[in-house]
Amino acid sequence: MPSDYLPILILIVLATVFAIIAMALPAVLGPSRKTKAKLEPYESGMVPYTDARRRFPVQYYVIAVLFILFDIEVIFLYPWAVMLRQLRLFGLIEMAVFLGILLVGYVFVWKKGALEW
Amino acid sequence: MNWIEVFLIPFIKSLVLILALLTGFAYMTYYERKVLARFHVRYGPNRAGPFGLLQPVADAIKAIFKEEIIPAHVDKWVYLAAPVLALIPALIAFAVIPIGPDLNLFGRQVSLYIADVNIGFLYVLAVASVGTYGVILAGWSSNNNYSLLGALRTAAQMVSYELPLGIILVAVVLTTSLATGEGSLSLVGLVQQERPWWVWLWLWVAFPIFFICMLAETNRSPFDLPETENELVAGFQTEYGGIKFALFFMAEYIHMITASAIMATVFFGGWQGPFVDRWPALGILYFVVKVILVLFLFLWVRASVPRVRYDQLMHFCWKFLFPVSLVYLAITAVLVALL
Repeated sequence: MPSDYLPILILIVLATVFAIIAMALPAVLGPSRKTKAKLEPYESGMVPYTDARRRFPVQYYVIAVLFILFDIEVIFLYPWAVMLRQLRLFGLIEMAVFLGILLVGYVFVWKKGALEW
Repeated sequence: MNWIEVFLIPFIKSLVLILALLTGFAYMTYYERKVLARFHVRYGPNRAGPFGLLQPVADAIKAIFKEEIIPAHVDKWVYLAAPVLALIPALIAFAVIPIGPDLNLFGRQVSLYIADVNIGFLYVLAVASVGTYGVILAGWSSNNNYSLLGALRTAAQMVSYELPLGIILVAVVLTTSLATGEGSLSLVGLVQQERPWWVWLWLWVAFPIFFICMLAETNRSPFDLPETENELVAGFQTEYGGIKFALFFMAEYIHMITASAIMATVFFGGWQGPFVDRWPALGILYFVVKVILVLFLFLWVRASVPRVRYDQLMHFCWKFLFPVSLVYLAITAVLVALL
């Protein structure tokens, strides 16, 4: 029922209102004494010589792609988990085939060294 | 007068939940400092009020009266939106967790959860992943090398550990179908269900895996790689100060409380306990006690285990936890399908 979700919507609105009020409070209550040094990026006291718009290791990207792949697999497991008791052996074999295909991918990824750091 | 049922009661319940979580957060920091202090053979905060009980209040007042600094080099709107985006998921994840049995309040039957949606487990997982956005946006918009590295690490860590977490939850859903023939994703239904002792035993086998995943999901020690102070200063929150830092802090601690509540619900029966049938209000007490005990585990681990290296963290998840949780799921599936 869509109306089941109305309380969650109310909760989200309240949480948002709270967070925004909390963010706005110090602007009203706190002091404001800005200096140039205060507004510089923090580099442990060193003078910063690069900004952070730079390239980063490709490993993170690989992990993100693998996550999407395997997380979708997990999401597919939920409806199956709800119905397995009725599907019995049929459901078991179906999911074994599905997971088997993904496991081949998992072993491939492992052997290719995508999980190394 | 239907608007009372539809609007007013959820509104009051949401308000009470948010206030309870904020109070819980405040005293969680106190609890953590006290417990860690005892581990270190210190006293911990004991100056503000009796036993230092007013310390969280003092901290809150301090955070509110801090100067609002927005560094010159940041992407301003994303930078300001990030703490809000981190806090909201932390506050709303609690919506599907039952805090106690139905109570009779002011002549009205009141249920002690915000919503009993039929996708409870998926809701919890989905909301938990949205929390990652706040961290990534904070790290990127800060335009600081430490922040960027911290955010990248958090993102990779949180998404990785979500896989074993999700798989264990699938196994939990499978066990709910033993009694009724059809599984249920509702946490409210899960607590009310009678489960035989061997199901409990089998669930507790998965508890360590689940707990480790939750440690990583909430960025807690020994998996606090996103904010390792000796290499990344403070990780993604380096450029945040005052109340904006407090919001991230709040999000982390409320995540921890929610994670403990989920574990108490899934593995330790939530509000169930002796004499709950006769005095339903006892259920709330049982629930709170269980949550506090699970929270103690978080602190115990923090006080005892050194931080792991980042490559160890990723290897442990992808090469150990992921296969192990799959094997656990397979055994559960075979048992459920054939028994």
